[in-house]
Amino acid sequence: MKTLLSIQGMSHYFGGLKAVSDFSFDVPEGVIYGLIGPNGSGKTTIFNLVTGIYVPTEGKIFFEGLDITGMKPYKIVHRGAARTFQNLRIFGNLSVLDNIMVARHFKSTSSLVSSVLRLPGFMKEEREIRDEALGLLGVMNLEDQAQEKAKNLPYGKLRRLEIARALATRPKLVLLDEPAAGMNPKEVADLMELIRRVRDEFKVTVFLIEHHMKVVMGICERVKVIDFGTTIAEGLPEDVGRDPKVLEAYLGKRGAKC
Amino acid sequence: MRNLRFPRLLAYAVAFYAVLQLLAVTGVFNGYIMHIVNQSLIYVILVVSLNLINGISGQFSLGHMGFAAVGAYVSGTLTTIIWKLAPDNPAAIVLFIAAVIVGGAAAALVGVLIGFPSLRLKGDYLAIVTLGFGEIIRTMLNNIDYVGGPRGLLGIPKFSNFTVIFIAAFLTIVVVRNLVQSSHGRAMLSIRENELAAELVGVNSTKYKVLAFAIGAFFAGIAGALLAHLIQIAHPTQYGFMGSVLVLIMVYAGGVGSITGSVIAAFGLTFLSEGLRIVIDSLAAATGLPIGGEWRMVVYALLLIFIMLFRTEGLMGNKELKIMVIEERKA
Ligand SMILES: Nc1ncnc2c1ncn2[C@@H]1O[C@H](COP(=O)(O)OP(=O)(O)O)[C@@H](O)[C@H]1O
Ligand SMILES: [Mg+2]
Repeated sequence: MKTLLSIQGMSHYFGGLKAVSDFSFDVPEGVIYGLIGPNGSGKTTIFNLVTGIYVPTEGKIFFEGLDITGMKPYKIVHRGAARTFQNLRIFGNLSVLDNIMVARHFKSTSSLVSSVLRLPGFMKEEREIRDEALGLLGVMNLEDQAQEKAKNLPYGKLRRLEIARALATRPKLVLLDEPAAGMNPKEVADLMELIRRVRDEFKVTVFLIEHHMKVVMGICERVKVIDFGTTIAEGLPEDVGRDPKVLEAYLGKRGAKC
Repeated sequence: MRNLRFPRLLAYAVAFYAVLQLLAVTGVFNGYIMHIVNQSLIYVILVVSLNLINGISGQFSLGHMGFAAVGAYVSGTLTTIIWKLAPDNPAAIVLFIAAVIVGGAAAALVGVLIGFPSLRLKGDYLAIVTLGFGEIIRTMLNNIDYVGGPRGLLGIPKFSNFTVIFIAAFLTIVVVRNLVQSSHGRAMLSIRENELAAELVGVNSTKYKVLAFAIGAFFAGIAGALLAHLIQIAHPTQYGFMGSVLVLIMVYAGGVGSITGSVIAAFGLTFLSEGLRIVIDSLAAATGLPIGGEWRMVVYALLLIFIMLFRTEGLMGNKELKIMVIEERKA
């Protein structure tokens, strides 16, 4: 299997705090890969490093073999890595549809002049963007809310909207930061089904951070467990779930809540 | 797919123009009222263009009048030179329009120049830098003898009239409206909503912030140029900090992000301002109290406080009249 994302010896400091420590990782193309670990173990920081929000203090990140270390976030998106956020970051005052259409922005070829004069080429492209966005909303079961202000959506739908928005960039890799956070069991079950469908239909690789063990065990094909910014276990979900080091990190003195 | 509402928007504009022109010709609106109408239209350009920067792209600019000053002085200098060389130039109106556009372009250039270094700043810091920029422009104009220094640039030929200003205001509205309702506009809106998320759906936020500044500055420059050729003078005091604040109050009063609101606020507050001038003058005359025009600013300040306390979203919120929303139907 081809490696899509490769992280090599990456470390990151916040002042004196070493949030990520000599972390190496390969994500093969086409898998659903889970990254788990206790709260504060550095998972979100790893996502922030991969998507260019932070530049790692040490180490390199390769995407499709290309060095993307230090690249601006929007350029990394252009290369094909999109994400969602643990604490939602939606465009609250825009419509649900516009939230998706924004994410197609950088594929648009209409010039400013063509947009202002609303030339035929612009109109055609605009219609394509709209149709594609509506299609995505359909997949996410959000089409009835297309014209609603995004901030008026309930929490579970906002999570799906963020996934749809990430997919609208036509990524090769989607990074989902705790997609099931705050969802009830029914919503979690639907989400798992959805993530699987997304991988199959959109032919993307999924790299997800998750707290819900059920999600991790249910859909991840491979799992990596970290603590204090470094790997403590890696492998198939069933094996990792039995690993004593993992059990200690999760159930040890730092409590059961991961 | 066609832009169904444009013909109607155009029809409304033509009707509005015809009514005002009729009122002017028949003398119902005297020269004084038409002057205020012209000023209101110039404010429409200023407010709509500042709304593109502050309301639509979410960048807090406090130096909008600095851009207007660039447009006024550049175009005013150009037409004055041309006018001196050839007083009865048959192509005068064409040259005038060219000078106005050059004024706008010069303002846009300045917008880009201050945009690049300062747009890494956010919120309050950006506000302070743009405020400083406006004051630098004003101080420079005060000290450049070639453009009259503290006396201002005098003897600018009177080329602006109701028709020219009306067309310019209409074009500004249409351009900004069409821009907002496009991929480029959505990129700007997304920056306002959440800059980090915008970057992470592929929006080059620096580029779009600079672009918003450049386009906003361009139209502010046009407004300044039209004003200079209306009142035949460009004076540093017209383009100071208070002027920028006034435009900003109009943006907030109309509704951040609403073009409709900007248009209504530009007319409403320009007429209110003139009304207050009359009221305050007659009050001063009747009571003998030493109150003058500066008291209008007190009323504006109170208005701003009122908006902030009771109607944060302004008159229109970020809504538009239906006519302003581009409705598209598959052909
Ligand atoms: N921007 C930041 N500045 C300083 N410390 C941070 C910052 N972001 C995260 N941290 C710290 O880095 C560690 C890892 O955080 P994070 O990656 O958010 O963990 P996780 O997502 O696994 O819960 C934590 O100790 C956290 O407090
Ligand atoms: Mg986290």
